[in-house]
Parts: sequence; C-alpha cells; structure tokens
Amino acid sequence: MGNAMNTSLSDLASHMVKFSQKEGATATEIVIREGNGLSVKVRLGKPESVEESNDRALGIRVFCDQKCAVSYTSDLRKPQLESFVKKTIEVAQFSEKDKFNTLPDADEYATTYPDLDLYDDQTNDVTASYALNKAKEAEEAALTYSDKITNSSGATWSSVVMKSMFASSNDFAGEYRGSYSSLYVEPIADDADGKKRNDYWWTANRFLSELDDPKTVGVEAAKRTVSQLGAKKVKTGSFPVVFDTESGRSIVGTLAGIANGAAFYRNASYLIGREQTKVASDLVTISDEPRHPRWPGSRPFDGDGLPTRDNIIVNEGVLETVLCDVYSARKLNRRSTGSASRSTGGLPSPSTSNLIMKPRDMSPNDIIAQTKQGLYVTGMMGFGFNPITGDFSRGAFGFWIEDGKLTFPVTEVTISANLNDLMSRIDMVGNDLDQRASTMTPTFRVSEMTIAGL
Amino acid sequence: MITDYIKQARISNAPFAVDGEFCIDEHIVQTLFRAALENNGDYADLYFEYNMSNSYSFREEHVKTIGQGISMGLGVRVLNGDTTGYAYTEEFSLEAMKQTAKTAGQIASGNKDVSPLVIKPRSLPDYYNVPQISNDQPINEKVALLHEADKAARAYDSRIANVEISFSESLKEMLLFTSDGVMSADRRPMIRFGVQVVAEQNDKRQGGSSGGGGRLGMEYFSQDNTSAHWHGREAARVALAMLDAREAPAGEMEVVLGPADSGILLHEAVGHGLEADFNRKETSNYSGKIGSRVASDLCTVVDNGTIANSRGSINVDDEGNLSKENTLIENGTLVGYMHDRISAKHFNVDSTGNGRRESFQCTPMPRMTNTSLLPGDSDPDEILSSVKYGVFAKRFSGGQVNISNGDFVFSLTESYLIEDGKITAPLKGVNLTGNGPDALCHVSMVGNDYQLSDGLWTCGKDGQSVPVGVGTPTVKLSKLVVGGTGNE
Repeated sequence: MGNAMNTSLSDLASHMVKFSQKEGATATEIVIREGNGLSVKVRLGKPESVEESNDRALGIRVFCDQKCAVSYTSDLRKPQLESFVKKTIEVAQFSEKDKFNTLPDADEYATTYPDLDLYDDQTNDVTASYALNKAKEAEEAALTYSDKITNSSGATWSSVVMKSMFASSNDFAGEYRGSYSSLYVEPIADDADGKKRNDYWWTANRFLSELDDPKTVGVEAAKRTVSQLGAKKVKTGSFPVVFDTESGRSIVGTLAGIANGAAFYRNASYLIGREQTKVASDLVTISDEPRHPRWPGSRPFDGDGLPTRDNIIVNEGVLETVLCDVYSARKLNRRSTGSASRSTGGLPSPSTSNLIMKPRDMSPNDIIAQTKQGLYVTGMMGFGFNPITGDFSRGAFGFWIEDGKLTFPVTEVTISANLNDLMSRIDMVGNDLDQRASTMTPTFRVSEMTIAGL
Repeated sequence: MITDYIKQARISNAPFAVDGEFCIDEHIVQTLFRAALENNGDYADLYFEYNMSNSYSFREEHVKTIGQGISMGLGVRVLNGDTTGYAYTEEFSLEAMKQTAKTAGQIASGNKDVSPLVIKPRSLPDYYNVPQISNDQPINEKVALLHEADKAARAYDSRIANVEISFSESLKEMLLFTSDGVMSADRRPMIRFGVQVVAEQNDKRQGGSSGGGGRLGMEYFSQDNTSAHWHGREAARVALAMLDAREAPAGEMEVVLGPADSGILLHEAVGHGLEADFNRKETSNYSGKIGSRVASDLCTVVDNGTIANSRGSINVDDEGNLSKENTLIENGTLVGYMHDRISAKHFNVDSTGNGRRESFQCTPMPRMTNTSLLPGDSDPDEILSSVKYGVFAKRFSGGQVNISNGDFVFSLTESYLIEDGKITAPLKGVNLTGNGPDALCHVSMVGNDYQLSDGLWTCGKDGQSVPVGVGTPTVKLSKLVVGGTGNE
C-alpha cells in the first residue's frame, strides 16, 4: 500500500497558520488528513475489483473577529493554497459575529497526549493478492457451508492507513496515525417462494493479526443467511423485543446521537432538561471511552485539540452528562467533555469515540429463554427517528420467539416505540459485548414495543 | 482538437482546463492510456474532475458559517475480463498520473505495446443551461435568501421556536476519455436550499422542513412556490400541523401516496432492484424477469436523465454515454434495466446512460437519474374518497431497500389519517414497510396529477452518494404495513 507519512505536511500546516494570521485572521486551525487505502472484492471465486486510493486534503477554520468560515481543498499547490486561505478569510466577513466563536482557552488544550497504539505497521504490507486471497477464502467458506447458498454478493477486504494532523494559532499541534482493516461477506440463498434471502457477517480491527479468521466470517455469514429462509411477517401487536449485539448497536447510537451539546443548543433533542434524571431503566449504563489502546474509536486528543477522557453518559438509567465540544459547551455555559470530532472541511462537533453499553450478568440464551413470546431482532432497516419527540419506528428482521425458543425467521415488520419508553423498558441486559465496532452493546431486551405486520 | 473541445465545454476553472497549470492535451492522454493498458488490459478510462462547492449555514437569526470546498483528481479505471482495476490521484503532475494509470492496470497481466488511440470529442446536449452559475453570484444575495426564509418562517406563527437554514451550491467540471476513443466534457451546476424549523406549544415540540433545488442558478428562487419565503412558510406549516399529530395506527391497511416526494418509494422499492449490476449477478429480486409481470398494469416506470434542470439529470454519464429516457416497467411488465458499461456488455444491449459515480475517487456503477411513475387517469380526490380507513403519505425523510429480496422501509415526516374518504388527523412519524414487487402489484389507482419532486434527494449505494430526482402522481396501494404505535 505504500507509506502515507510525509513530514513536510506539518511544515505546510504551520506555514498556513502563520500565513492566515498575516492575512488578517484572528485565529486559525488547520487540519490535514492523509490516507492510503486498498479495497478488493471477490465474487464467486473471481476477483471483481481492485481499488487503490491516495488521499490528502487540507481543512481550515478561520475566525475573524468572531466571524467564522471553514474550507477544505485537495489542491495543495502552495500558491493555490495561499489564495484559498485568503478567500476563506474574505468569505468569513459575510458571516455574522458569534461571541462563542473563539479558540479553546490556552489551558484547555492537551499538553501531552498518549500513544494509543492505533497504528499497525503491517497494514502497509497488505497487497492486492493478499487481500484477494483472504476475501476468496471467506467467500468460499460461505458458499460451501450449505447447498442452500446459491449465490453471493461477494466478499470485500479493505485496508486503510491514515494520518491526521491538527494545528492551531494557539500553538497546539498534534498528530496521530491509524490503521484499519475489514472483511465483509454477503451470501445469498433462494427461498421456496422465489424470494432471495441474504445476510452478512464481518470482522474488522486496527491490527491485522486481530481480525477473525476468514473462514469463520464466511461460515457465520452463511449461517445467518440460511437461517432467514422461510422468513415471514408476524401479526401486529405489542411484544417484548430482544436486540442482538449487531442490531442493538444502532439503538444505543441513536440515543447517544441526541445526548450531545449540539443537539441541546439546537433544541433538537427530547433529552433537553433531563440531566440528572432517569432516561432509561436501572440496568442501562452507557459510557464513552476514547482512550482504550487499539480500540476502533479511540483518539488521543479531540477535534478541538483538547485531551480526551472517559465520560459516563447514562449511569444506571440516569442521564449524567451529554458530550460537548468547545463551541456547544460554551453555548450551554459548561465545559467541553473533550468529545469534539472534526472532518477535514467541517466545524468541530461533539461525537462519540468508543461508545459502550455496559454488559451485565445474563447470558443471551437466558434472555431468550425467559421470553415467552416476542421478536429477536438481528437487523434493522430505514431511518425512522424523530430526535425532538423521540418517536422511533424502523423496519426489522430476525426470529420469532415462542416459549423461550427462537422459532421461524421474521421479515417485513416494523418495530415502534418512543425512544424514552424503549430505554425505560430495557428489562434484561446480556453479559456479551460485541467489540468489533466503535459502538459496543450486549444483547438486551425491551419489555414491550409495537410490532406492525399482518 | 482536445483543447478546443475543453474550451467549448466551458471547462475553465480546473487545473486541467486550457489555461490551467496542467492543461490536458493529446500527449498526456496517450501517455496515460499507454501506462494503463501496458499490462494488456481490455479497456481503460480516464476521469478528470474538479469540484467547487460552497455552503452557508444559518441559525439563531444569523449566518453562522460559510464553507468552501475544492476537490480534484484523476481516476483511472482498467477493465480486464470481469475484473476492474481502479486508482486515483489528487495530483495532476504527469508522473503522478502515470503512476496512477499503471496501478489501475496491474489487474491485467501481460504486455502490450499500445498504439496511439484516435480520440473523438462527443458533442453533448445541454439539459442544464443555467444563465448564471450560482457560485459566481455575489455572496450577499445568498445571505439575503437565508434571512428571507428565516423571517418568513418566524412570521408564520409565534409558535415557531427555531429556524435553521442551509444553502449549498457546487459546480463540477469533468473530462472523460475512454480507450474506445470517446472524449466527453461536462459542466454540472447544482444548488440545494433547505429550511428546518421547530414549533413549540406548551410542552409539545415538532419539526418541519422544506427545501429544493436542482441543476439551476439563483433563478430558482424567483418562482412563487420555490422562493426562500415560500420554503420558510412551508417548513413552518409542516411543523405546526405535526404539533397536533397523534399516534399512527399499526398494521396492514390502505395507503395513499401523495404526488412528487412519494416517488422515493418507487426509487427504493423497484428502482434499485432494476440497476443491472444486481441483475447481472442475479442478486436482485428482478433477476431474469424481463418480460414478466412485476407490477399492477397501472404502473409504468421510467428513469429519465434528460429532464431539464432536474437534480438527477446528466448530459452524459460518467462513462461517456449520453443520458436517456429509459422505460423500466411498462403497464406492469418489466421491460428493461438501467445499465453501466459492464452490465450493458454482459446483457448485450445499448448503454442506457446510467453509469454514474460520486467523484473521481469512485468507480462508476448503474445508478438512477430521475425515476418516475407515469400518470394514470384517476382524479386525486376520487382516490382519497375511495379509502375507508388508511394513511395519506405526504412527506418522506428517506428510505432503504434490501436489493436481494425487495423488502423496503420508508420514514414519513408528514402523514395523515384517512377516514371515510377524508384526510383527518396528522400522524406522528411512522414507517411504511413492505416488499417492492408486492407493493407495486397492490397499486390499485394512479392519479393524473404527476409531479417531479423539488430537488432534494441524494441516493446512497455502496458508499457512493449521487443526486437523484423522483416523481409520481397520487397513488393508492390496496395494502401496505404502517408501522405506528397505536393499537387498533
């Protein structure tokens, strides 16, 4: 994949900070991102695509007397960059003053930051043929798992190495590297009614050696696909709903998406005014933990240049705090929680790093066994959530639970509840934690949701 | 010849334009093709792109931020048998571009001495001849629009508590060379305006939004029903209507889809399944069904990339094929798919002009442009009055489909109960779920009031986003699952 690192870019960043000050910016931040990637896809044993990427882009935020503009460009030629910076300063004059438009105070910045071991040198050595072989192996395991697997959407291997640099006119400068590889398999089975059934499985990690074996991934994808054969709707009614670790992630992510300072100051969260009160059942503890070495969502400093730290969002059902970046914290008259993320060309905004719903002591099997009738959800579709009211309604598929056992597969139903009710009705939490993605949840049960079907 | 063509196509900002530092000429093109095909690949294309975008965000009665972006690069694709090799670079130095071409060509193995290609410019129609590109217009004018929409929303009702507005504009210059000797150049403007409001009454809060745009300039705002003022009021109207929303019913029932925006249902429920890559791989629920009945005979579905100034329109696709009007379903019978170069070759059919990509960083694939259900002959009032109990769907926030089996889900942001043929109470945000082919077979009435949606929609597929248009008349489905929380 080649090496992404280039020291001259930090010189470029500091030059551009100085240049912008000379041109009249009162404060400036520069972000530079650089990355190399490889993505290959295999389908029915044959290579379908090999794609290589080399990206670099520079983002800038300038403040001119509390007016703000942000820009990004991938044209890093110096004369073009300089005129780009000038234009950004010009354009800022057309925005309006906002007293919260200032850089963090000097004492807020991270003075040191930890090495979180986010970069695996071996990722650089991944070649197209290595990636193709892994993908082939995974897909073959899926295709040979059962003669019910009749087709494949393919197996995809992706690897990326990146470097992120951040410099501000307040003398903060920081950078870190990261790597990430993933393998995704999606087999297809033909159902008796002429419909096709599909499901997927995947593995991902910052470190190559930590990825699951391709065969395991392929077999799991095939198992999930075959288990969907014969899927049907169920009758409409109110039932308990159990979320597996793959689907539960998006429930917890949805809550975290409105438990932040930006949603609060924009008046776009039903959680406003609910801090220090119950927003979920006692069994629910959710925290954001950016400093775990090697974890997918870890970051040594945040998008404002502040030190990152653990934040408990929900503690045994009580909303403890909401994640803030510097701007939203100032709007809300509080301190940043060190939770800013920023895209190359955007404003900082609060976001989760490694978001964890804490596992408890029930085994997932016990949760199913203690459910007389209900839906076990393995996947959801669509985007039905109103952050202002909390109304939640999404398409779902999975299995019907009858007398504590998974029975037939279910599809084409929606599950609905107000998110506030949903969180308060969580009455069982599993001891399993899926750590593959940056949002991690155990299996959990909601005692009652509306299932709409026949 | 190449440089004349670039000039004619009004490509003028990009570094690869005629006066640019890296003006593309015959020598560069031949050098890059030689590098791409030296391992004996079957085919190559070179896609140069320069995209300039600006965005304005408005909140709390102030312009908060103005953003600008420039992205540029060259993507090189090499096809060899069924395999695609792809690489891109953001540097236009000959050395960097050559290396990129070689990387893309590595999927092939062998040796070939590539003789120079004969390259012919393709003359293109102009479906978006915008008088003045928005990017070039004074910033003050755009700032004024933001204030206008904000004032209109606030003046609409004292319960409007929050107004946020965004405006974005972009101009994309592209230049494409294919190794079968065709050169195309296109200049693609786009604007998008959106207003979001929150209404508050006692402890009830609801949101509403309105927006639009397309391949247009500032003239978009001079129409009465697309002015900044109108969008401000419309967003306020929706939020206020939703303040009184009640729990939606749950279960299977009759559903009436309103005109224009409901086309998103068509886009998800059938459109994606008719993209030929899925059919070539036989992973779509429509695979092998050309000539079969797949919808009620009231349904004729077309994808048309040539609608003047529509968000999904393109003069030429990103593989150098002219966009067209393609009929997909005719009176209920499946008659065609949407193709890119690879699938057209596989099915041995002519290109449909649907090979699109998000940017130079992406490989093209079959994508929709503007997808519509054509009008029928029912009066919309007659359709409503035929429903005893059901849901009227007016505005959608989005949807998703499982291509393999056609199962879909849509989220409604404005919908009403229909009781005894009349629209009654507004309903809290609900989902519609079903199966594409099933749903289209349940189309029992099609209105004569076809409308194209105002330009807001963006379609995602395999991580690539492209702008699309949707359109439909009023449509009645005899049954669909409504995902509310109210129990009957």
